Amino acid sequence: MDTIILQVLNGIDKGAAYALIALGLTLVFGTLGVVNFAHGALFMLGAFTAVTLRELLTLSKKVKDESVTFFDAYKEIPYLEIYLGDFGTAIVDYAVPLSILIAIPFMLLVGLVMERGLIRHFYKRPHADQILVTFGLALVLQEIVKKFYGANPIPQAAPDIVAGSANIGAWIGMADSMVYPWWRLIYLAFALAVIFAVFAFLRFTTFGMVVRAGMQDRETVSLLGIDIERRFTIVFGIAAVVAGLAGLMYTPISPPNYHMGMDFLVLSFVVVVVGGMGSLPGAVLAGFLLGILQSFASLNEVKSILPGIDQIIIFLVAVVVLLVRPRGLMGRKGIMED
Amino acid sequence: MSDTKKTNNVWSRRDILKAGAATGVIAGAPTIFTGRAYGADYLNAPKGSTVTLGFNVPQSGPYADEGADELRAYKLAVKHLNGEGDGGMMNTFKPSALKGNGILGKKVEFVTGDTQTKSDAARASAKRMIEKDGVVMVTGGSSSGVAVAVQGLCQEAGVIFMAGLTHSNDTTGKDRKRNGFRHFFNAYMSGAALAPVLEANYGTGRNAYHLTADYNWGWTQEESLKNSTEAIGWNTVEAVRTPLKEQDFSQYIAPVLNTDADTLILNHYGGNMINSLTQAVSFGLRDKVVNGKDFVIVVPLYSRLMAQGAGENVKGIFGSTNWHWSLSDEGSQAFVKSFGQEYGFPPSQAAHTTYCQTLLYADACERAGTFEPCGVVAALEGHKFDGLGNGPTEYRAEDHQCFKDVLVVKGKENPSSQFDVLEVVEVTPRAQVEYDATDAAFGGAEASLGPCNNGV
Repeated sequence: MDTIILQVLNGIDKGAAYALIALGLTLVFGTLGVVNFAHGALFMLGAFTAVTLRELLTLSKKVKDESVTFFDAYKEIPYLEIYLGDFGTAIVDYAVPLSILIAIPFMLLVGLVMERGLIRHFYKRPHADQILVTFGLALVLQEIVKKFYGANPIPQAAPDIVAGSANIGAWIGMADSMVYPWWRLIYLAFALAVIFAVFAFLRFTTFGMVVRAGMQDRETVSLLGIDIERRFTIVFGIAAVVAGLAGLMYTPISPPNYHMGMDFLVLSFVVVVVGGMGSLPGAVLAGFLLGILQSFASLNEVKSILPGIDQIIIFLVAVVVLLVRPRGLMGRKGIMED
Repeated sequence: MSDTKKTNNVWSRRDILKAGAATGVIAGAPTIFTGRAYGADYLNAPKGSTVTLGFNVPQSGPYADEGADELRAYKLAVKHLNGEGDGGMMNTFKPSALKGNGILGKKVEFVTGDTQTKSDAARASAKRMIEKDGVVMVTGGSSSGVAVAVQGLCQEAGVIFMAGLTHSNDTTGKDRKRNGFRHFFNAYMSGAALAPVLEANYGTGRNAYHLTADYNWGWTQEESLKNSTEAIGWNTVEAVRTPLKEQDFSQYIAPVLNTDADTLILNHYGGNMINSLTQAVSFGLRDKVVNGKDFVIVVPLYSRLMAQGAGENVKGIFGSTNWHWSLSDEGSQAFVKSFGQEYGFPPSQAAHTTYCQTLLYADACERAGTFEPCGVVAALEGHKFDGLGNGPTEYRAEDHQCFKDVLVVKGKENPSSQFDVLEVVEVTPRAQVEYDATDAAFGGAEASLGPCNNGV
């Protein structure tokens, strides 16, 4: 029982990352009709805002390390620690959450520039062209990051205060062995909050209402004198922010590298298709569902019956879902069926 | 006349003979013009005043950190071979035929490649080095999957392969090749060296849970560790394979909490190990008490680079290593000094083994008086040497595996410097880690080096 609960938690944690990326992908597809293969790169760029902020905060002075006697070695002492003491150390400790403040405007800007600068020129082109140009853009962004940060994963620590694990067994009156890392719980809560915020924004604001109307019938909304293009551009920016924040908060769970976006993107596309093209709740539901299934498929009990199942479960489920419900779990008629 | 013949599709006997002769000349041309006509009787024989070596290391993928350090060591070795710098271990290596004027009087040059920690990419890169850059020797790692694949390629092509960091039993076991040599130790040796230390510190009757990188190296390390820990009375609860490209091991670690395992053996290396260890600690494994015993984690193959990457989490964790920079012998000190002055930090075990391999290859060429692969093979087989940081060492002729002492190390509780993350707890003598070349774990009696290949 404990194992099942922990695997569900692990699954929804990973699923939360899939759901956040898939949510952005679906938003962009639903509004602009573009299949954005550069969306994974936005997830990766978000993660690297955390890396960049930490690097800036830990700009260091080189001091000779007297404890090394074989050769001249140097220790790096961050200027923040030199000038601000313990407070400086604390700031560095909170680099990941602090980088949210930078990531929101930065990712919004990246999103707007990407849409206005490149993607809008491809609205009237076939989907194949859109896929090629966005895939190319993803490769370019990856290589730029690789150029500056190298190919190695760069570990990012969560703040010390949440570095350990929570005894969730005690919370729900079960075995003490049921512990779960704090940061993963935070990631889950954060993902749910972001998903809720996006849904609330689309449902309860005038802006959201106009966007939803535009998703239903773009021409009529334009005829009513509303500049729907501009609103869709902002939606692209919001999708970029969601992907960026998802990547940034994921850094203490898995050290970021230049390729992380592509790793998640492929699975997120499967999530979008399983959820149903253009369906926001479908994307979120499928994200969590596939995350949980992947987690269970990694159990040794399952792997001993079906070796290698943990590697293919997502694709297997996609095949079954598409056979049974060709439009995905919550897909509607008419999307991408012209 | 001939036009008439062709249009009528009628060929005379003489025409067929002419065509046959012409075909024979064309088919024979490559060996006439590129083979023995120039007096070279092996592939890529160096012409002119330089010799080119191929350094094929992971510059991306989970072992990229190790690869970067290997490359630093290669560059340092080239410098020393060419008579530049302080000479490093060239000054302590004995017996040595090295003169500091390159190899056989030819200046050493090199080309590099990125294996991407993938066998196919590594083979493609090595193939390019052999065919396009004309290298006479390929060296590198990390990853045993890569080493085995590239070793096979070098054997077929007819150049020498000096393995870098590769720890699988198979490299010099069932996949051993006459043209390939390994200085690094292997999984069997890790198990043999670790077991007595684990018994002394953690007792007998423990329940071990293995997480294993799902490829060649992981499998052999898992097998070796199972054998050696079961021999001290430990029980293997479960052995779970994890994909090499995995970065999030949480779904593999959470199930450990609900077994009666009191020991987690991580058959992971590089970035994999940094992530799995960090995640295992974040799941509170090290704070657990199972069956009245403190839960412990063992990392059978350790390296300082990994230990630094995993930070505080390595404290008190046992493992084994091929070499460590804190060793006080003359060779190690000379190497650490030389490497440290060049790069500002001490070398890793990956750097050490690749530096040694380059020197050993160069020395073998000098002793053989040629770069010819079969000559180099003969010079290295059964060769005994000292002064390269591991004490007296022998390249065993039967399987091309180096035999030497093995270090058991532990994550240091109170490091005195930023590099001082591991402490050597025992130097296991060679006799304790030695095995028969026909041992079942190494391919048994069928395993054979095969003939050497000069590539022509």
